[in-house]
Amino acid sequence: MVSEKNIRVKIDELKSSIGLLKGFELSIGKIVSEEWLEEVGPTQFPKIPDLREWDLKLLQRYKPFYMPFCDLCCLCTFGKCDLTGDKRGACGINMSAQQSRIVLLACCIGAATHAGHARHLIEHLIEKYGRDHPIDVGGGNVEIEAPITRLVCGIRPRTLGDLEEVLSYLEREIVRLLAATHTGQEASNIDFESKVFHAGMIDHVALEIADIAQISALGYPKADPEAPLVELGLGVVDSTKPVIMVVGHNVPPAAAIVDHLIENNLYGGVEVVGLCCTAHDVTRYNPKAKIVGPISWQLRFIRSGVADVVVVDEQCVRTDTIIEAQKVKAPVIATSDVNCIGLPDRTRDSVEKIVEDLVLNGQPGALILDPEKAAEVAVKTALLIAPKRMKFKALPDVSDIIEGAKKCRKCDDCRRACPNDLPVRDALAETLEGNLNALADLYEACVGCGRCESACPVDLPLHSFIVKAAEKRIKEEKYKLRVGRGAIQDVEIRKVGSPIVLGEIPGVVAFVGCANYPNGGTEVAEMAAEFAKRRYIVVASGCAAMSIGMYKDEEGKTPYEAFPGAFDAGGIVNVGSCVSNSHIAGAAIKIASIFAKRRLRANYEEIADYILNRVGAVGVAWGAMSQKAAAIASGFWRLGVPVIVGPHGLKYRRMLLGRKDKPEDWYVYDARTGEKVYVGPAPEHLFYAAETKEEAMVMIAKLCMRPNDTTRGRAIKLSNYIDLHKRFFGTMPDDIHLFVRTLADVPLTMREEVIKILEEKGWKENIIPDPTLLPRLVRKKAGE
Amino acid sequence: MGARAEPWQTAEIPGPKKAMIITNPQIVTALIRRSKNPVLIVGSMAPEIKLSSGDLVDYAIQIAESVGIPIVSSPSILKVFLDRGFKRVFGIPVVDIANRLIDVNWTGLEGKGQYDLAMFMGFKYYVCWLILSGLKHYSRNLKTISLEMYYQPHALWSFPNISKEEWEKNLNAIIKSLREGK
Repeated sequence: MVSEKNIRVKIDELKSSIGLLKGFELSIGKIVSEEWLEEVGPTQFPKIPDLREWDLKLLQRYKPFYMPFCDLCCLCTFGKCDLTGDKRGACGINMSAQQSRIVLLACCIGAATHAGHARHLIEHLIEKYGRDHPIDVGGGNVEIEAPITRLVCGIRPRTLGDLEEVLSYLEREIVRLLAATHTGQEASNIDFESKVFHAGMIDHVALEIADIAQISALGYPKADPEAPLVELGLGVVDSTKPVIMVVGHNVPPAAAIVDHLIENNLYGGVEVVGLCCTAHDVTRYNPKAKIVGPISWQLRFIRSGVADVVVVDEQCVRTDTIIEAQKVKAPVIATSDVNCIGLPDRTRDSVEKIVEDLVLNGQPGALILDPEKAAEVAVKTALLIAPKRMKFKALPDVSDIIEGAKKCRKCDDCRRACPNDLPVRDALAETLEGNLNALADLYEACVGCGRCESACPVDLPLHSFIVKAAEKRIKEEKYKLRVGRGAIQDVEIRKVGSPIVLGEIPGVVAFVGCANYPNGGTEVAEMAAEFAKRRYIVVASGCAAMSIGMYKDEEGKTPYEAFPGAFDAGGIVNVGSCVSNSHIAGAAIKIASIFAKRRLRANYEEIADYILNRVGAVGVAWGAMSQKAAAIASGFWRLGVPVIVGPHGLKYRRMLLGRKDKPEDWYVYDARTGEKVYVGPAPEHLFYAAETKEEAMVMIAKLCMRPNDTTRGRAIKLSNYIDLHKRFFGTMPDDIHLFVRTLADVPLTMREEVIKILEEKGWKENIIPDPTLLPRLVRKKAGE
Repeated sequence: MGARAEPWQTAEIPGPKKAMIITNPQIVTALIRRSKNPVLIVGSMAPEIKLSSGDLVDYAIQIAESVGIPIVSSPSILKVFLDRGFKRVFGIPVVDIANRLIDVNWTGLEGKGQYDLAMFMGFKYYVCWLILSGLKHYSRNLKTISLEMYYQPHALWSFPNISKEEWEKNLNAIIKSLREGK
């Protein structure tokens, strides 16, 4: 057997004069005793072309619809080239190829970011805990510890050291994918799209190995449905104490801060608060840490002056952090080589000297690439500087707002710069009448980008005005979030596998991604609560998981208090940070593997085919913003899981849309007979942007339908789809006839009105096949 | 009109091919009259946009009725049209209708063939910007008109950035002229 990295000799069984040798594997530098007897599937460590055929099947059904975000290509010195309509650039590229090329670039950035994060994290953990530290994400409750890695790489990682081989594979593939975007390389938009899927799959492996490494080494909750509740919101921070703010995605510095505080009996006296995914992971490490909120809260929290020290690691960190922190006299400690923010490298300097420079000599910050040293500096600096800073704020007084309103030129440049077209000028004008409510109301929909200020010709601190006006609401931001639990237990999969595949649990809905919402985060919480009430399994991660927590029902309970944390009908499951998205994909894979007993090892195409046709899962990235989110979505597409984004998601510049009006697109093979059978548009789209929350909710219910649904399951799914359609759109759906295969599919309580529509549409009964898109899975060929 | 032909959202710079400016509402009337198969596409914001004699849904209905054309509405506002007695409306997600408008073989909502003119109103600015971009690059034989208050550079024709009052005046003029031409 030739492995990914080294030459290996594998002997399944050898009889010789000295005895019997079984399951022996030798590779350069190590000896592996392989206990995983499952046969290696057809696509171990797949390269770009290996799953191309599967991608083309998906892309034949879900064709790209491009909405160019720029009509030009400016990537080489031939350009700028105008690609409008059917024009071609100097290199010969057309608009479709250019758009898909940009999508691939975005996904390469996303995959490289996660793989780089994984490399950084795993090397750190190996250094600290050793190469032989075991992978353990759930003890006896989780036997398939790395479903994506097993599926893609065909290996079963047992220790942190085993993950290095996976990292090498990821890095090689990302380099190949990135190479394809060079001028004069790939020419076909469809091949670019296939490479986008490949980047997504690579990204998912990176997510998984990063998270299983940190779960195993850092003592995070291990697949625990009852992981503790932690405090969430700007209002939960005790500003009477020294406060250390951690922001980003790579937890070692934040974890080291917690360790340092505990070791020195200081934890009760210092607040550790996080934003973005480092916040998730530091609470997984120690639930006494607190979460301020999603990425959008960075600017407002720094300006509040509450943080005495700002510690940044990597990803989604505001690039003006140092400027903002300077305004409130808070030193910044950078801890990652991918985010040095122009600070001097003080890694080799003594802690005392660095602290002195930050506290007494007014230096704005330091780059410290040793997490433990960064932690010690952060704690000592916070303790010494807090009394000096006296929570110095950059927020204005009300009188400043009114004075600002008088200076306003009414040019509307603030509104024209706002991603959500918020009427900043009008709200500011109302303050002249003494009314701050209009300004405070903008807070809910403000994504905290600060572009309004950047655009203002008289330099009004408009974002700060909004935050000040909403001060009372901000103090009331006190919520609970269930700590990211990580993996889904095998026993949970066994319990829900059948009802999901048969359709009796109407779907798994994953709310993931960033906080670039069109109308604030409440919409995400409302969607999550609605689907949990409807007995879907709701899963959450990243900033979306925080937004779900920042909401209270009539009884004053957050969704994490109102719904259980089990992966079961009616649960709301926070898996954790961005990298924990791997457990959502992993759960879908484990349904195929554990429940259906499909071969997992390096058997990607078959498992993806199973998920596409049988597992009613949908991802919702309502505020997706980043290239990482693009890569994560791409991984789900290749796996057969549709993704819905909010309206800003259109800016990813292409959708993958099915055409329900083209019956020829919706045939599958019946694996029992080899017959081609019409199954209706299930799922209708692979990547879809909804204009409104209501549109998204109806589409979620629709996209959960799968060809394999039993009649009972389809009736439950149809019942939800019809009910939501009637509630939000006021009518029966006009495509019900496409989803009813036999009369037994029709929900009993809606029988009369559905049958009337079926008659009007000339509906005919269809069989329910054993669905597959892969001819090789047909057990008996047609005509045999 | 005192108008600027710049994108409303400052950074939404398109490319060399930009919308021609509707300097006179008669341009819209003439384009509609010349069209064999027009359609009006209305976004989810329409009920929230209040003008002096109703909201934007009312204006959309008046335009559609005065020409005798169907409306494609965002599904989430379909009920608003139906409640106001306008029945020739189809609730279709904007990405779906755009995806069909680029298909030369699509037979349309009422089986009359592909549309040759699509008018847009009532969308979030960036949503309309992107959908019109898709249509600009990929539709064949389709003219697009933005009836939004702000300049939409990817349409074939668009108002510049105008005040609400000017916008309303223009919409009223279009409706009046279409009715007179009936």
